Amino acid sequence: MLVLPLLQHIGEVAECLVTPGERVLKGQMIAAPRGDVSAPVHASSSGTVVAIEPRPYPHPSGLPAPAIIIETDGKDEWLDSEHGLANYHEIEAARLLDHIRQSGIVGLGGAGFPTQVKLGSSVYHNIELLVINGAECEPYLSCDNRLMQERAAEILEGVRILQHLLKPDNCIIALENHMGAAREAMQVAVDNTADRAINLVSVPDIYPSGGERQLIRILTGKEVPSQGFPADIGILCQNVGTATAIYQAVVHNRPLVSRIVTVTGAGVKQPCNLEALIGTPFLDMITACGGYADRVDRLLMGGPMMGFAVNTDNVPVIKTTNCILAVTRDEMPPPPPEQPCIRCSKCTDVCPADLLPQQLFWHARSGNLDAAQDYNLFDCIECGCCAYVCPSHIPLVQYYRHSKAEIWTRDRQKQASDIARRRHDARKARLERIKQERAERLARKKQQLGSSEDTAENTRKAAIQAALERVRRKKAQTEIAPKNVDNLTAEQQQRIHEVDERRQQSGKDPEQ
Amino acid sequence: MLTALLTLGLLAALIGLLLGYSAIRFRVESDPVVEQIDALLPQTQCGQCTYAGCRPYAEAIAAGEADINQCPPGGDSTIQALADLLGQDPKPLNPEHGEHKEKTVVVIDEQVCIGCTLCIQACPVDAILGAPKQMHTVIRDECTGCDLCIPPCPVECIHVVPVETKIDNWIWPVPRADRPAQSTSVTARAVDST
Repeated sequence: MLVLPLLQHIGEVAECLVTPGERVLKGQMIAAPRGDVSAPVHASSSGTVVAIEPRPYPHPSGLPAPAIIIETDGKDEWLDSEHGLANYHEIEAARLLDHIRQSGIVGLGGAGFPTQVKLGSSVYHNIELLVINGAECEPYLSCDNRLMQERAAEILEGVRILQHLLKPDNCIIALENHMGAAREAMQVAVDNTADRAINLVSVPDIYPSGGERQLIRILTGKEVPSQGFPADIGILCQNVGTATAIYQAVVHNRPLVSRIVTVTGAGVKQPCNLEALIGTPFLDMITACGGYADRVDRLLMGGPMMGFAVNTDNVPVIKTTNCILAVTRDEMPPPPPEQPCIRCSKCTDVCPADLLPQQLFWHARSGNLDAAQDYNLFDCIECGCCAYVCPSHIPLVQYYRHSKAEIWTRDRQKQASDIARRRHDARKARLERIKQERAERLARKKQQLGSSEDTAENTRKAAIQAALERVRRKKAQTEIAPKNVDNLTAEQQQRIHEVDERRQQSGKDPEQ
Repeated sequence: MLTALLTLGLLAALIGLLLGYSAIRFRVESDPVVEQIDALLPQTQCGQCTYAGCRPYAEAIAAGEADINQCPPGGDSTIQALADLLGQDPKPLNPEHGEHKEKTVVVIDEQVCIGCTLCIQACPVDAILGAPKQMHTVIRDECTGCDLCIPPCPVECIHVVPVETKIDNWIWPVPRADRPAQSTSVTARAVDST
């Protein structure tokens, strides 16, 4: 059984296209993107849609989210679709971008931002450098490493497509120092393309080198502007997984239906990397890795630093699931209680975004949201380094996350109140208009009546008069004379006389 | 001496003219303070402040007729914002006007609704959809939770419900000192094998 949530990316929730009972094929679009920043969802295997309902969802809140549930038939039958765009060199950027959008590709590094939006906004910038990110985002993860070892050629083909789209001067494929095998495999693939613009660069394996901004700084020494994007300084960064997905979509017309997931931690018997269909429940993943080890404590989605605990293993793998981590208590003990900040400034030393975590903490704790924003709260990548080194064990990142969410809520409320104001003003204007129109109508009627009150009476009288006149004229025209009024016998005359008399009497005294 | 007086006098006249001209040329149409106050109010249009809506209340505050602590839906944060704007001391919410509650919305029990349109007439933001003798319904996203539609309903089919917490409006909880602190991200949840 596959559970495919409608929201697996950053942006608008996709719009469901199927109904329960419908048979779907692998690769069939079952939810369409809604709005510009959105991505479709495709069936990741063939089967029957059994339900569309809220299901457990990998999210720190533990709240369920709407999902399409497919009962697979085991045939794994692909949708018979036309061939891919292998001749992508001859195809214009807009069509390729639309194809990438329709294939449901989002950033597979972990953020899940729709790739077409990222590429689309970069096509109009002058991109000088394309960075393909093969450095893992977090410790424990090895999905990108594995992908580079096994599918180097596919990654390179994806890079060629990106090069065609963006026309960068240079391209760097970044991997970490320790990835020897991956480097060899990639080197072979790069040599095969014989493209001198593509370079392999190793970066030190220090967390968080795999972060987009951090990687760009390590590679180029350039700083992405605060609240800006790498495209602002002529750089575009894509994950190796995303490059493979682009290759599959463009060349083979295969939408994003699977991804590489690292299943690891001391709580799993045989940690490994799996290519998982999107929608596979975590439990199935764990089972495929030999099941839980004895002293498993918690299950996390994501790495040990930025991941979050999920409260059930019923949640599905989604497009942003890079790692499933089952940890034991020894491996990741519950943190000791929070102590007061001693202003040691260790957090400031380790912050990869050059922020002042201590200041952010004070402002976040006191709810001073504006001040926290002044200290560039939104440049925090939530890497967790500050909290990791904190000798007082302050859960700094959770304070920042709370403050960020508070700020978003405040902005949403502000928007809602602006809409309410507009609606209230519009209503007031409408009621005023209706009132005015009614007053005008009344005034018009009154005026009509007031000026011609006796004329109305006159017209009525004239109408009666005219009718009488008409009757009289008609009578005169026809000239019908009563037939039994002359040549009467005396007897008849007598009876008429009696009747007349009686009538006269009753007319005189109608009371009787 | 005379030159100095003349120069200064001339300067004063010139500047006076300039100021007078700009006062006419760059005149601000409405009272900007009212706009600023109105921007801070929650726009619930509930009338709990005893004024006919948020804007009349803003005008009353600007005119000094109303206090800044009469808005229950806005609560302490609105009072604080108003105090900052007007340079006053924040004060607690005046309980005469009600108490601050979490935002709610209303729903119409569609089985019971008789289609009388009274609630539609009461809604200050046109968030109820319906027609005479047709079922009515609340446009949930537009409902401000003012509860003004509840008293006019003759069949009591309008109910108050809290705003549902979903993934898109969920907020990370604040770490609390009395709970064992949580590391960067890991919350202590046991694995639930099903």
